[in-house]
Amino acid sequence: MTDAGMITVEGIGKRFALPQGVMSRLAGHPAPAVHALNGVSLQIRRGETLGIVGESGCGKSTLARCLVRLHDCDDGRILFEGQDIAGLEGPARRAFNRRVQMIFQDPFSSLNPRMKVRAILGEALSVHRMCPAADIPDRIAALLALVRLNPDAADRYPHEFSGGQRQRIGIARALAVEPEVLVADELVSALDVSVQAQVVNLLLDLQQRLNLTVVFVAHDLRLVRHISHRVAVMYLGKVVEIGATEDLFAAPRHPYTRALLDAAPELDPERRSRQVAARGELPSPINLPQGCLFHTRCPLALDRCRTERPELTDRGPQHQAACHLADFGAPSTETTA
Amino acid sequence: MTDAMLEVRNLTTTFGHGRLTAVNDVSFTVRPGEVLGLVGESGSGKSVTLRSIMRLTPESGAVAGQVLWRGRDVLKMTASDLRRVRGGQISMIFQEPMTALNPVLPVFVQIEENLRAHTDLDRGARAARARELMDLVGIPDAARRLREYPHQFSGGMRQRVMIAIGLASNPKLLLADEPTTALDVTIQDQILKLILDLRDQLAMSVVLVTHDLGVVAATCDRMAVMYAGRIVETGTVAQVFAQPNHAYTRGLLGSVPHAGTERSMLLSIEGTPPPLGALPAGCAFHPRCDFATAPCRTTLPVLEDIAPDRSVACFNRAAVLAAGSPI
Repeated sequence: MTDAGMITVEGIGKRFALPQGVMSRLAGHPAPAVHALNGVSLQIRRGETLGIVGESGCGKSTLARCLVRLHDCDDGRILFEGQDIAGLEGPARRAFNRRVQMIFQDPFSSLNPRMKVRAILGEALSVHRMCPAADIPDRIAALLALVRLNPDAADRYPHEFSGGQRQRIGIARALAVEPEVLVADELVSALDVSVQAQVVNLLLDLQQRLNLTVVFVAHDLRLVRHISHRVAVMYLGKVVEIGATEDLFAAPRHPYTRALLDAAPELDPERRSRQVAARGELPSPINLPQGCLFHTRCPLALDRCRTERPELTDRGPQHQAACHLADFGAPSTETTA
Repeated sequence: MTDAMLEVRNLTTTFGHGRLTAVNDVSFTVRPGEVLGLVGESGSGKSVTLRSIMRLTPESGAVAGQVLWRGRDVLKMTASDLRRVRGGQISMIFQEPMTALNPVLPVFVQIEENLRAHTDLDRGARAARARELMDLVGIPDAARRLREYPHQFSGGMRQRVMIAIGLASNPKLLLADEPTTALDVTIQDQILKLILDLRDQLAMSVVLVTHDLGVVAATCDRMAVMYAGRIVETGTVAQVFAQPNHAYTRGLLGSVPHAGTERSMLLSIEGTPPPLGALPAGCAFHPRCDFATAPCRTTLPVLEDIAPDRSVACFNRAAVLAAGSPI
C-alpha cells in the first residue's frame, strides 16, 4: 500500500430527510431534506493530521461521522486501505471500528455517568479482546499514564472530573484499542483556553509517539492551523479548498477561505481592520443555492458562478480550490477582495 | 478620576450568605468612547461583575462596594432612579440571544417596550425609530422583519435584534456579555465590527466580556484580566499583549495558537481554575504558576499601579516580564 491514501473519500453525499406533510406529498413536491454533504472528495494520508474547518452547518461533523461509519453515505464511497467501508460486515467491520476511532466534542455526554473510568476503559479493551483479562488493570494504568491522569482516576466516576480531564478519558478510551486513525470532532471547543492548550499538546505528543493519523475537525482556525499538516475548508457540505497548511493560510485560493481568515480575530493588536470580512449568512442547507454554493455571499461572483457549480481543480502542488476564478489569490496577480 | 464615565470601586459579590465570593474587590474605570475588555476563563467572575454593575444578580447574591455612574452610586439608587439608568443610559446585551429575547412576542414589541420605557416618543415616532434601529444594526427589510418572532431569525440576526433593543434609548454605556461566543466566526466578525461602528456613531463606551483573546486584540482599547474573582492585570491592549506582567496573562496568551508556531507545543497552564468555594491561600493562581515563590503561597498580592493605566497583582512580575511575551 502506498502512502497516497489511507482513507479515500470519493464524492460522498449525505442527506437527512425532513418530515413532509400530506398535502405537500400529494402535490408531488420533492421530499425536503437537509443536504449535509454534497459530493466531498479527499484523501487522508498515513501519519498526517488533516484539519477540517468550517462554520456550523458546513457538514464537518457529518463528514467525521461518515468516516467512522456512524452514518452511511447516500452517494459516493469511502475507501479504507482500498476497501469500501460500506461493505464491511461482522468481524471485518469490528476490525475497522477498532482501527478508526472517534473522540467526541462533548466530554459530558460521551462518557457513561454510571460507569467508573475503569469500566469505561475495560469495556473497550474486552470488547475488542485487546489483551487477556488478567492484564487489563495494567493496561488501564498504562493508558491513564499515557494521557497524564493519576492512576487513582480509574476508580472514579466521570462527574468527578473537570472538562479537560474528561476529554483525556475520552482520548484514553479511543487509544485503548490501539487505533491507527483518530477522528477528533471539536475535541477542545468545550474547554477553557488554558485547558485547550493542555489537550492540544497531549494530542500532538501522542500522535508523534504512536504514529497516529488524525482527522481534526474544528471551527477554530487558529487551532486547526496549529495542529494540521493539511487543511480542508468546507462550506455547505462541500470542500471548497484543500492544501498544505502553510500554503492555504499564506495564500488562500478561494474567496470563502480568504473571508474566513480575515474574520478570525488575530492575536496581534496592531493588525486591526474595520472591514467586514464576509457579508450575509450561510444559506439554508435545505434549499441549496444554484451554481457555486458561496455565490450568495461572494464579493467576486460572476454570472457563471450563479449557474455552474465549480469543482476542485489544481492550484499548485497538492493545493486545490473549487472556484471559477482560477487566479484568485495567485501570487503573481494579486486580486483584491 | 474625573474623566471616567463609570467607576467601579472595590466591587465584591458574594453568594450563599458570604460563602462563595464570585467577584472580589474589583475596581476599574470606563472612559467616554472606550472599549474595555474583561477577559477570563469560565468561573473567573467576569459575567458576575457585569451583572453586579447593573444590579442583576440573583436574590441570593450580595453586592458590596461602589459603582459610580457619572458620580452617582448605582448600588444605592432608588428603584425608580435605577430604572432610568438601567436600559436607558446603560444597556446590556447577553451571550445567548435566544434566551434573552421573549419567544412569544414579535421583535417590534420588544424594541418598542424599551422606547416606551425610556423615551417620550409617541406611537408613530416609536415605530419609525424601531425601523431606524433595525437599519442601524444592519437587518434588511426592517418593516417586514419587525413583525417576525425571534425564532424566525438566525443566531447572528438575533444578536443584532438584541443590540437594537439595547441601543433604543441611546445609551452612553453598553455592557456586552460574550456577545459573539455563540456565533460563527464570519458572523462574529460582523457583530464585533457593528459594535465598533456604533460606538463611533453614538459616542458610547463599551465593556466587552469575553474569554477570547483574539476578540480583545481585534476590538478593545484597554483590557482587564480576571482570575478567580479578582483582576490580576490591567493595561492597554498593546501593552498587555507585548509585555504581560502577570504569569496568568502570560500563560493565557501562550495557550492560544498563533501563526509561526505550527505543530509546536503550546505554552499551557497546568491544572484547572480553582473552585470558588476552595480558593488556595495567598495568590489564587500560585498552584498553577511557574513563577510562584514562598510569599505567593501565604500572602495575597494586591493590584498595584506600575504605570499610568497599567496595574498588576503579582509578587514576581519582574521575573514574568523578563520571561517575555509568548506572542
